[in-house]
Amino acid sequence: MIRELHTDIITENVKEMCIEANHFLSPDMVQAMKQAKDREESGLGRKILGQLADNLKIAGEEMIPICQDTGMAVFFAEIGQDVHLVGNYIEDAVNEGVRQGYEEGYLRKSVVGDPIFRENTGDNTPAVIHCSIVPGTKVKLTFAPKGFGSENMSRIFMLKPADGIEGVKDAILTAVKDAGPNACPPLVVGVGIGGTFEKCAILAKKALTRPVGTCSSVPYVAELEQEMLDKINALGIGPGGLGGNTTALAVHIDTYPTHIAGLPVAVNICCHVNRHVVREL
Amino acid sequence: MEKYITTPITQEVTAGLKSGDYVYITGTVYVARDAAHRRMTEALDAGKELPIDIEDAAIYYMGPSPARQGRPIGSAGPTTATRMDRYAPRLLDLGQKAMIGKGNRSKEVVDAIVRNHGVYFAAVGGAGALLSGCIKESEIVCYEDLGAEALLKIRVENFPAVVVIDCNGDNLYEHVLP
Repeated sequence: MIRELHTDIITENVKEMCIEANHFLSPDMVQAMKQAKDREESGLGRKILGQLADNLKIAGEEMIPICQDTGMAVFFAEIGQDVHLVGNYIEDAVNEGVRQGYEEGYLRKSVVGDPIFRENTGDNTPAVIHCSIVPGTKVKLTFAPKGFGSENMSRIFMLKPADGIEGVKDAILTAVKDAGPNACPPLVVGVGIGGTFEKCAILAKKALTRPVGTCSSVPYVAELEQEMLDKINALGIGPGGLGGNTTALAVHIDTYPTHIAGLPVAVNICCHVNRHVVREL
Repeated sequence: MEKYITTPITQEVTAGLKSGDYVYITGTVYVARDAAHRRMTEALDAGKELPIDIEDAAIYYMGPSPARQGRPIGSAGPTTATRMDRYAPRLLDLGQKAMIGKGNRSKEVVDAIVRNHGVYFAAVGGAGALLSGCIKESEIVCYEDLGAEALLKIRVENFPAVVVIDCNGDNLYEHVLP
């Protein structure tokens, strides 16, 4: 049974998601920030976590974006194979929603059209859109705008099979240490292990959209997530990089089969403004 | 220690600040990030004057979101200062005293801070809505075509920041980094 979905519905929802994500952090993130403040041992760290809590409140009440870097618009679009999209080409529909959302929501336009000549496109398009075909008759859109303070500190490591799990741990800790205060800690750390060069990066990015507080369904991966969270928080970088035991709120790791010769690891660092909105259409 | 300071940031002001101090800044501050710094540097290269009074100036590394009606500015938190490392020493040598941003600075910047009795403050990254409330006025000085990267002049009241690198080059980040 084929279901028709007009792309105007996608555009309208994308517009709303852009505005929602940039003003209201999801409940899982708000909860994680609150728990961090209760656990933080540094006085300055607690003060900064208190300011970040105030910041979230002001953002929602006064409709001022949580962060001025309202990000490059990243979408994961999971399209049911029994959906027939009518209207515009889906990428045009998503970009039109971004254009409207960033304009009507007073969001910053942070995209330049050419990476070398760097002229601002003026409407925050184009978005980065990852489409996949899934079973079913629905379209699931996940929107995760990404600021570049943290994106700039993200890394890919093409490890050797002999590096093993210890190599993976070193890679994650290296990326977080190098990020230091630049990526606006407390962080959420997304990790992709396996696949190919680009696959592990996409896994890492998508891992950031998982609700904070959930763990991997693979037992050894869930253990690794907890171990790395403890190790990262033992680094002492702290809120704002000014010291403390809250350097990360969560570590999310996803894995994928890989080649006999390789062990790719991507570490996508996100700041505490880890925005994600999911809608099923 | 908590301190209240006002701009211009003179050598007397920076002499009284220690790495780790929590300060509230009041007064006029310029706003510039990557593209505006590049243009200022190009102006200097071409033998032209800077568009701002650089003597004892404070520059906030920031690119705001658009202001809603009736407000001076939108969300207005710091951007990563590291990206301005290439430009900062030259401006410090010309008289700039204070930088407000977040994140690590190069050795060249630390040296220029010490040489010129400057200071580097960190504001809380990702607290753009909160910091917006400390900005009472905002006007474009130049480079309007850069959009969010235009060079602004703002008036701040009790803008909270932490002294990260003081005029002696003492760096708070180095005390906490592993």
